[in-house]
Amino acid sequence: MPLRGSPSKMKGLSMTNENDIKDVDAHSGVETTGHSWDGIKELNNPLPRWWLYIFYGCIAWAVVYMVLMPALPALPFTNGSHTPGLRQHSDRAIVNTTMAEVAETRRTEANALLSASLEEIETDRDLQQFAFAMGDSLFGDNCATCHGSGGQGSKGYPNLVDDVWLWDGTLEGIEYTLRHGIRQEGDDQTRFSVMPRFGADGLLEVSDIRDLTQYVVHLSGREADAEAISRAAPIYAAQCAFCHGAEGLGDRTQGAPNLTDAEWLYGSETSEIYDTIYNARNSHMPAWSGRLSEAEIKALSVYVHSFGGGE
Amino acid sequence: MSIMNRHGVFERHSLLLTIGILVVVSIGGIIQMAPLMYMDNTIEKVEGMRPYTPLELAGRDIYIREGCYVCHSQMIRPLRDEVERYGHYSLAAESMYDHPFQWGSKRTGPDLARVGGKYSAEWQVDHLKDPRALVPESIMPPYAFLADKRLKFENISDRLRTERFVGVPYTDEMIENAEGHLIAQADPDNLGYDYFSSLMDEYNAASGREGTVQARDWDGDPTRITEMDALVAYLQMTGTLVDFSVYEADDLSNRR
Repeated sequence: MPLRGSPSKMKGLSMTNENDIKDVDAHSGVETTGHSWDGIKELNNPLPRWWLYIFYGCIAWAVVYMVLMPALPALPFTNGSHTPGLRQHSDRAIVNTTMAEVAETRRTEANALLSASLEEIETDRDLQQFAFAMGDSLFGDNCATCHGSGGQGSKGYPNLVDDVWLWDGTLEGIEYTLRHGIRQEGDDQTRFSVMPRFGADGLLEVSDIRDLTQYVVHLSGREADAEAISRAAPIYAAQCAFCHGAEGLGDRTQGAPNLTDAEWLYGSETSEIYDTIYNARNSHMPAWSGRLSEAEIKALSVYVHSFGGGE
Repeated sequence: MSIMNRHGVFERHSLLLTIGILVVVSIGGIIQMAPLMYMDNTIEKVEGMRPYTPLELAGRDIYIREGCYVCHSQMIRPLRDEVERYGHYSLAAESMYDHPFQWGSKRTGPDLARVGGKYSAEWQVDHLKDPRALVPESIMPPYAFLADKRLKFENISDRLRTERFVGVPYTDEMIENAEGHLIAQADPDNLGYDYFSSLMDEYNAASGREGTVQARDWDGDPTRITEMDALVAYLQMTGTLVDFSVYEADDLSNRR
C-alpha cells in the first residue's frame, strides 16, 4: 500500500522498498494506511466482499450492455448515429412495429364491423360488444372532455343521450359528423352553417332582438309578451324562418335547432336567448378522420348511437 | 515514487485541487453532451417546423408564467400507450424553437404536445375558465382571469429579436411587423386586416407548407386581445406543425 504520513516519517521511509513496509496495528492485527495524526492511525480494512463483487459485476454488465445495445454515440464510423449494438434495439422501430400490428389486428377484427349494417350490429352480440368496448375507451379519451363522461353534455356541448339531434341522429349521420366535424376549418365536407350575428353585426335593431327573444320564448310554449310577439312575427318570418322553419321546428340539414321543444343548448333564459340572437352561436366540433382510424370512427358511431337517442 | 503517490501535490495546493476537480467534472460533462451536437436524431430537420407567430409566442410565455408545465408535459414517448392516446411520438425537432423546451416527465394532467386541434377553441376557453364545468373530476385550477387581462404586446418585436439572438430564424420582416402580425392572428377581420396576408405569407413560407397558421378571435370576445387569446392560439397550434403524413418513420435514419 502507498504510504503517507508526517513529512518526517515519509523522509525516513522513502529510503526503503515500499512493498516491504507493513504497518500493522497491534491491537486489532489489521494493517493500517500508514497515515498518522498525532499518533492516531487509520485501519486499512479491505472492502466488503459483497460490495466489491457487485462493483465488478456492474463493470462487466456495462461492457455486455455496450456490446448488445446502442451505446457509443457520434463516432466517425457511426455516420451521425451511434453504435447499434448486436440487438439493434430501437424504441422508435419497436413502437412503429407494435402500432402497425395493433392497427392490423383491429382492422381485421373491425372488418366485420365496417361492413355490417346497424341492424346486423344490433343483433350480433359479439359485434356489438366489440364496438362498445372500443367505443367506450375512445369516447373517454376523445369525446368525454366536451360531451361529458356519460355523453350527457353541458351548456354549449350537445347532450348525446337524448333523442334531440342538431344534424343527424342516424348511425350514418353520427359517423359523418365524427369524420368531418362541425364547422371544421380545412375540411370541405364538414357540416357547415352560419347563424348571422344579428346584433353584433348590426343586422337588427336591439328592440327587434328583444321582440324576437319574446317570440322564441313563445315558440317553446312559454308565457311571453303578446305585443312583442306580434311585432316580431314578420321579423321572424323574414330573418329566422329560412333555417329554423316557419313554425320553429328547425332544419337538420342546416343544423338549425328546433325552437319549440324544451331543449336548449345555450340556455333557455330570456337573457341567454337574447345573447344567442345578438352574438349568434356557431360552435365547432373537430373532425376526427385525421386522428382516428376508420374502424375507430365506426365503433364510436355505434357506441354513441347506442346511448339511447340513436335513430 | 510512482505516479500513484503524486496526489500529495493536489492535496497540498487548494488552487491545483480546484482546477483538477474542474477538469475531471468537465470530462464527464463533455462526454455526455458533446455527441448530442453531432447526432442526427437530436439535430434532425423535419418538414413543417416554423418559428412561433408573435401571438403564439406571447401565449407560450403565459403558459410558462402560469406554470402549466408543472402539471403538463409536452413530450410523447415512443411507447404504445402514449402513442395510442396522444398521437405520434414527439421528435426532437418539434422543440427546436423552444427556449426553454417544455418536455417534462411530471404528468398530473395529460400531455399537451399534440393537443392542438383536438378540441375546439371554444372548449379550450370554457375549460380554462372553469375546468370542472366540463370535466367534473378535474383538479385543474381555473384561469378565468386570463379572459379579463389585456395582452401586453408593446415589446413583442424585442421579444422576437431575443429569440433570434438565441437562434430562432425570425426574418427582419417578421420582427418589424410583429405587432401587426399579432393583432392579425387575433382579429383578422378588423384591426389586423392589413397584416393578415403578410402573417400568412411569412409564417407559411417559414413552415414550407400551407395551413400552419390559424387566425381568428380565440376567446369569444372580439372587442379586445386578451391573454386568453394568446394562450388558446398557442395551445391550438401545439403539435400541428409537422405534417406526419409525409414524415417517413420507416426511413432507416428515423428508426432510432
